[in-house]
Amino acid sequence: MGELRLMKGNEAVAEAAIRAGCDGYFGYPITPQSEIMEYLMVEKPHERTGMVVLQAESEVASINMLYGGAGTGKMVMTSSSSPGISLMQEGISYMAGAELPCLIVNVVRGGPGLGTIQPSQADYFQAVKGGGHGDYHMIVLAPASVQEMSDFVKLGFDLAFKYRTPVLILSDGAIGQMMEKVELFDPIPRRTNEEVIRQCPWAATGKPKERDHIIITSLDLDPAGQEKINLKLQAKYRQMKKDEVRFEMIQCEDAEYIFIAFGLSARICQKAMDIARAKNIKVGLFRPVTLFPFPAKAIAEISKKVKGMLVVEMNAGQMIEDVRLSLDSPQKVEHYGRFGGIIPAPDEVVSALEQQIIGG
Amino acid sequence: MEEQFAKLDIRKDENIVYKRTPLLVDRPLSYCPGCGHGTVHRMLMETLEEMDIQDKTIGISPVGCSVLAYDFLNIDMLGAAHGRAPALATAIKRMWPDKFVFTYQGDGDLAAIGTAETIHACNRGENFVIIFINNGIYGMTGGQMAPTTLPGMRSSTSPYGRDEKTMGHPLRMTELVAQLPGTYFVTRQAVHTPNHVRRTKKALRKAFENQKLNVGISFIEVVSNCNSGWKMTPVNSNKWMEDNMFPYYPLGDIKVDGKIVEPKAVTAKAGE
Repeated sequence: MGELRLMKGNEAVAEAAIRAGCDGYFGYPITPQSEIMEYLMVEKPHERTGMVVLQAESEVASINMLYGGAGTGKMVMTSSSSPGISLMQEGISYMAGAELPCLIVNVVRGGPGLGTIQPSQADYFQAVKGGGHGDYHMIVLAPASVQEMSDFVKLGFDLAFKYRTPVLILSDGAIGQMMEKVELFDPIPRRTNEEVIRQCPWAATGKPKERDHIIITSLDLDPAGQEKINLKLQAKYRQMKKDEVRFEMIQCEDAEYIFIAFGLSARICQKAMDIARAKNIKVGLFRPVTLFPFPAKAIAEISKKVKGMLVVEMNAGQMIEDVRLSLDSPQKVEHYGRFGGIIPAPDEVVSALEQQIIGG
Repeated sequence: MEEQFAKLDIRKDENIVYKRTPLLVDRPLSYCPGCGHGTVHRMLMETLEEMDIQDKTIGISPVGCSVLAYDFLNIDMLGAAHGRAPALATAIKRMWPDKFVFTYQGDGDLAAIGTAETIHACNRGENFVIIFINNGIYGMTGGQMAPTTLPGMRSSTSPYGRDEKTMGHPLRMTELVAQLPGTYFVTRQAVHTPNHVRRTKKALRKAFENQKLNVGISFIEVVSNCNSGWKMTPVNSNKWMEDNMFPYYPLGDIKVDGKIVEPKAVTAKAGE
């Protein structure tokens, strides 16, 4: 059993980063995620593990610091909230194109624009469809607890290096701010420079006599070359869809209806499920854990066993598009959403199920 | 045939007095004939060769004419997004403090879109070298107005000349960063004559030696020509540079060993 602590989601991310052997954190303050860098600054990870923590001049600088660090094989991360993540999109696209591993945490707040500092899930499209320019994806992990805020930092780094890709943790203001019990994983030592050079032969670490010089770039002016890079990326995404789909099903065995929800919405749906079952409505919960790759097959399968599905999101209907694309045949699927920082109450979710799916 | 034999004869090893440094990749440069980039590339690589730090150096190329610098410089390199090279360099140097790190940037990259990254890297006193090629124009995209374009100077986006009232004033980034406590060595050089080339190389050596001291940014501006963008012959462009660029961007050291040396350089204006 690992060390147990009562922590905020944001603090769990920060502690997990130190324990995962992260080499560098680069960030810029924004509510509701500033505790991540604050926790790191207090903890002095430079003394604990040698990890670098730097407050950058902007989110644009932060993401490009990640590009530099990742291009030299280091394990780097940043965190921000919606407007800041929007600013990072160019850099993320460059990193996807140059095939660089990194971890980005988005503690989502309501938008558009400056929006609000309250929780939201309205950045789903931006997270799973690419966000920046060009044909690329990130692996997107959606934590629904403080425990997963910690666990997904380690998982995120593992996947980032396995696929040489940016990985995004799509959290929200509530998961970031709420306190829960966390079982922390045991610290993993940071890699030595020699280990980095050995593990990342693709990285720019200084050219020894015996090898060619390494160039980290997303540029290839020759269309044939650029198409080759694109095909390589697409092959990588197919592999992710095959091997990295993660989801959770709760009380789906006897379910006549299901909620489909990720992150905080899934937590709300768990309570809604209890209320509904007390009223003899047999409802289960399907929770995508990876939003990209999306659990399309599993959703197609379960859709055939139920009478209807309600997609519950804190947005105007984003994941529901991926749910609909997953289905082989027309199924009853509706959306219930609140936006702009409003968190739906469990009983309004049950009412939505009754009105839109059961009675609809 | 006879002429060819003569050439081969001349190319014998014992006759060679000046050759490509192995730190330059054996491929044709993509720069226009007459451009200063190739000379700066060579001086930079000669410096690394003389210091024997090829295996310890990581360079960052910009977006602009020198976007493909990594194809010519035989060291490990990263191609940055437009203006962001100092952010990359910051992270690399912080996580690999024993490496020698430099950015190579043009005036649009460093003084327009990347102003924030430049100022803040300098202000934090990061410990790397910034090489800033200032030719007063956006060369690669076809000769548009740059932050450093001189008053009255024509470009494709200031076709009637830069009007300072509506287009702003040419930005002297080098004087600006010299004011920041995080810069240790700030100088402005040129590469259009052998004498200036030698001075630029000396500045490069000093800048890379400074990295061993961990004392802050070494910032080298090289005022260069853009004969294509300025629509002049190489020779005329060098003359024009001397007559017009140098009065506004006076050559010489501005800050040495952390101390401002030539405050009068800051006040010089075009035409004076």
